[in-house]
Formats: sequence, C-alpha cells, structure tokens
Amino acid sequence: MRVLYFAWVKEKVGVTEEEIEPPEGIATVAELIDWLKARGPEFADAFAKSEVIRAAINQIHVRHDAKIAGAREVAFFPPVTGG
Amino acid sequence: MIRVQQEGFDISAEIAKLKARRRDIGAIVTFIGTVRDQHGAVAEMTLEHYPGMTESELQRIEQEANARWPLRASLIVHRTGTLKAGDNIVLVVTASEHRDAAFEAAKFLMDYLKTSAPFWKRESGPGGARWVEAAPSDDDATSRGQKRAAE
Repeated sequence: MRVLYFAWVKEKVGVTEEEIEPPEGIATVAELIDWLKARGPEFADAFAKSEVIRAAINQIHVRHDAKIAGAREVAFFPPVTGG
Repeated sequence: MIRVQQEGFDISAEIAKLKARRRDIGAIVTFIGTVRDQHGAVAEMTLEHYPGMTESELQRIEQEANARWPLRASLIVHRTGTLKAGDNIVLVVTASEHRDAAFEAAKFLMDYLKTSAPFWKRESGPGGARWVEAAPSDDDATSRGQKRAAE
C-alpha cells in the first residue's frame, strides 16, 4: 500500500510517501502505526504521541481502529489547521 | 463550486461570476480568512495540503451545506503555498434568497473546513518557523471520521 505523510509527521519521518507491505497480522490503523514505529527512531519519534496523529484511508478520515484491509492509500498527519 | 489554488482571488470578480444571469438571489455572504502577523511574529505562512483529499473534503462540506440550507450558489476558494502577512487565505461565498441561510451556511462551511479539510499551516517570522497547532475547539476530525464510518 501507498503511505503518505504530511506536515510535521512528514518532517519527522523524513519521507513524503512510500510503498509498504505490512505483514498479514496488521489489521488496523493503530496496528499499522505500531508496526511503523518499530521501523526506526524517526518513525518512533513521529508517532510517539500516536493519539494526536490523524489518519485517512483512501482519502477519507478514519479512526485508529479502522481496518486497513483494501486500503490503497493510507495517510498520516497532524490535526488540520486550514481556513 | 470549490477551488484550491496558489494564486490570490478577486472577490468582486468571484461574486460577479456567481451572480451572472441569476435573478433568484437575495442575499450574499462572504467570509475571507487572512494571514495575521501576530504583532510582528509572523511574516509568512506556508500552507501544505493533501491534493485529492482536499478537493473531495471541500466538495463534501459544500454538499453538506447545500443539503442543510436552501442555497442558490456557494463557493469555497482556498490558497496553498507561501503567503505573506495580510494576504488572503480562504474565501467562502454563500448565496440564498434570504439572509439567514447565507449567514448560517457560511459559518458552517468555515467551521467544517477548519476541522476536516487537510491543510496545514506553517508560520515563519523573526523567531523561526513552526507548525500551527489546531485549536482544541477546531480539533474534532477523529470523531467526525468515526461518525462518517458509522453512517
């Protein structure tokens, strides 16, 4: 799946987007975050306060308990600040 | 209609376009959000967004407003990229037969835009640069995601 990062999440992880293949047991956004955190210190830092991180699946806002099955695109970002 | 663009907008031209050949509009409300310098602390603001999701969220918000109020026309224009203190950021225009619908829908559009449209502001000035934090009152995107998932 394609994963995108925005704003300070992007700055902390150091990439804008990437293709990942999480192992089969990873079912939810929360589990995906835990898996990402284990990939390196920059991910552990970006997702340290995972409760503040917002997520979208296929460009629709979701909660961390949302299932990632069928997700083509998952995005992680801070709370939005437009307007 | 919604637009995401780097360039500025001309309010008079936008209203003229919205009104063109219309005779059923009795009230037009406009809201413009601009970059504050915060007593000299902010010289520039850079707006990042999520291309694709931004447009679909703005369209969803606009459809929601049109479902709730009898609008004759509506417009959201949001800028991205680097803006200077005093520059316009966002324009919302609502048009209806009577003023209440236009006023209420304009507020609704801005409130929803602030909590769900994927834009992020980074301010910079003499003291350095920082990502703007969401106001607690604005920050309900997660519960909205939950609500929508349940619908």
